[in-house]
Amino acid sequence: MAARPLLEVRDLEAWYGESHVLHGVTLSVGEGETVTLIGRNGAGKTTTLRAIVGILRKRKGVIRLGDRDLMALAAHRVARAGLGYVPEERGIFASLNVEENLLLPPHVADGGMSVEDIYRLFPNLLERRKSPGTKLSGGEQQMLAIARILRTGARVLLLDEPTEGLAPVIVQRIGEVIRTLKSLGYTILLVEQNFRFAAKLADRFYVMEDGKVIDGFRADELSAKSEVLHAYLGV
Amino acid sequence: MTTIFGVPAAALYGQILIGLINGSFYALLSLGLAVIFGLLNVINFAHGALYMLGAFTAWLGLQYFGLNYWAALVVVPIVVGLFGIVIERLALRRISGLDPLYGLLLTFGLTLVIEGLFRYWYGSSGQPYAPPPQLTGGVNLGFMFLPIYRGWVVIASVIVCFATWYVIERTRLGAYLRAATENPALVKAFGINVPLLITLTYAGGVALAGFAGVLAAPIYQVSPLMGSNLIIVVFAVVVVGGMGSILGAIVTGYLLGVLEGLTKVFYPPASAIVIFVVMAVVLLVRPAGLFGRGD
Ligand SMILES: Nc1ncnc2c1ncn2[C@@H]1O[C@H](COP(=O)(O)OP(=O)(O)O)[C@@H](O)[C@H]1O
Ligand SMILES: [Mg+2]
Repeated sequence: MAARPLLEVRDLEAWYGESHVLHGVTLSVGEGETVTLIGRNGAGKTTTLRAIVGILRKRKGVIRLGDRDLMALAAHRVARAGLGYVPEERGIFASLNVEENLLLPPHVADGGMSVEDIYRLFPNLLERRKSPGTKLSGGEQQMLAIARILRTGARVLLLDEPTEGLAPVIVQRIGEVIRTLKSLGYTILLVEQNFRFAAKLADRFYVMEDGKVIDGFRADELSAKSEVLHAYLGV
Repeated sequence: MTTIFGVPAAALYGQILIGLINGSFYALLSLGLAVIFGLLNVINFAHGALYMLGAFTAWLGLQYFGLNYWAALVVVPIVVGLFGIVIERLALRRISGLDPLYGLLLTFGLTLVIEGLFRYWYGSSGQPYAPPPQLTGGVNLGFMFLPIYRGWVVIASVIVCFATWYVIERTRLGAYLRAATENPALVKAFGINVPLLITLTYAGGVALAGFAGVLAAPIYQVSPLMGSNLIIVVFAVVVVGGMGSILGAIVTGYLLGVLEGLTKVFYPPASAIVIFVVMAVVLLVRPAGLFGRGD
């Protein structure tokens, strides 16, 4: 791998109450890289992201961003290290209108997109900016969930299944957005079940199963790996 | 003498005014309770005691430091708010995440301690607090005589309620508050200092109670139990309006105050219970409250 690892996770374990869910996750994402985490339902992908951003506090292991130790930070300081998080459930706030949702996450670094840039990238949001956030369609909510972290200046994005449950045209649109972000040099850790979608975007892949990363490969190894992959994903 | 529905008009207007005044206190207090419950999930039983603390702080300030009424309106909410910060940091924070019952019990215990101390120091009888000279006397409105101080209470409470509503519904800080009320974990993950927000919200909510206490001091006697008489009604108001609804708490406060006043005119024996009857009906028909989101 040419790029130096920006986000580094080593031997990460995590628990929901008494239930031990992650059993030593190790992965890294280089600066400017797009890395996809795949695996069956319940493998622990969402949990991995929740542990990285510090929503899930009962965890052990190493999480580093650049030279910052994220494990040592209070939950509300992790984003300030330069992390942007798009949760699986999207997390659009019903009591905030679209624009308030967009403006909610505070700046964490210089160089974030301006509100004008964002509305140019997502014209729908401009039209609906005074509607309650949860009145948007699923696709628009997903766009909003991505848009609001682009404002903050975070350069490392964690995206949890951005295409889940969306119509093919919207999936395509989100693909374009992620490609744009990639070309702008963002570092992206993408969780995806939609392997065909991820295959077109990612530089590298990790496969998760039962709370562990069990395999990893580069995009150019994809065809050679396709058989094992089918076995992993059960498709 | 003019009558309306067989009731002397002057009596009717008088009771509506009293209803609006009571409603002003219901609105100020239930507003704070609703905001606190929304974010902290704490049913703040101490709200009545903190209202009393507000009235007493104004009275003590006047006795010992010559703090006049206008200064008290500003200083007392700050003092009560600071006291709220201490309560939140030392006590409520430790039980966050537990069943709301714990918060209710904790703040109930706190109420007993605060009221007990003031009873021990000052006895149960009330202390008089004179209204400021600018607000004494009254004006004849033609259809009724309006004591100026009472008119002021209604206006001041409307202004403060509206200002609070504005901060919560129309500002960046209010957006943080609303978002954290819905999903505190995600708001934290965005880098917002939710623990601090919680502290400030509790402080702000109880500062409203302190403000109400100062407004009340010239009308009611300043006494250790003045809050416990009020808080039960205010809980009923919050239940009727809907827990966690800002506008609901304000509107319901005034409406129920007026309803209580009208009942006093038309059927006095029911006036003490009419709010609870409404509460029972609302709980049966619309358990989430008139303005509650209901999920
Ligand atoms: N809030 C929770 N409480 C308890 N267990 C959970 C919770 N969320 C997920 N789990 C469990 O943790 C495991 C990993 O889930 P998750 O990380 O959501 O998987 P994925 O995102 O890969 O589908 C699953 O077995 C799931 O049942
Ligand atoms: Mg998931």
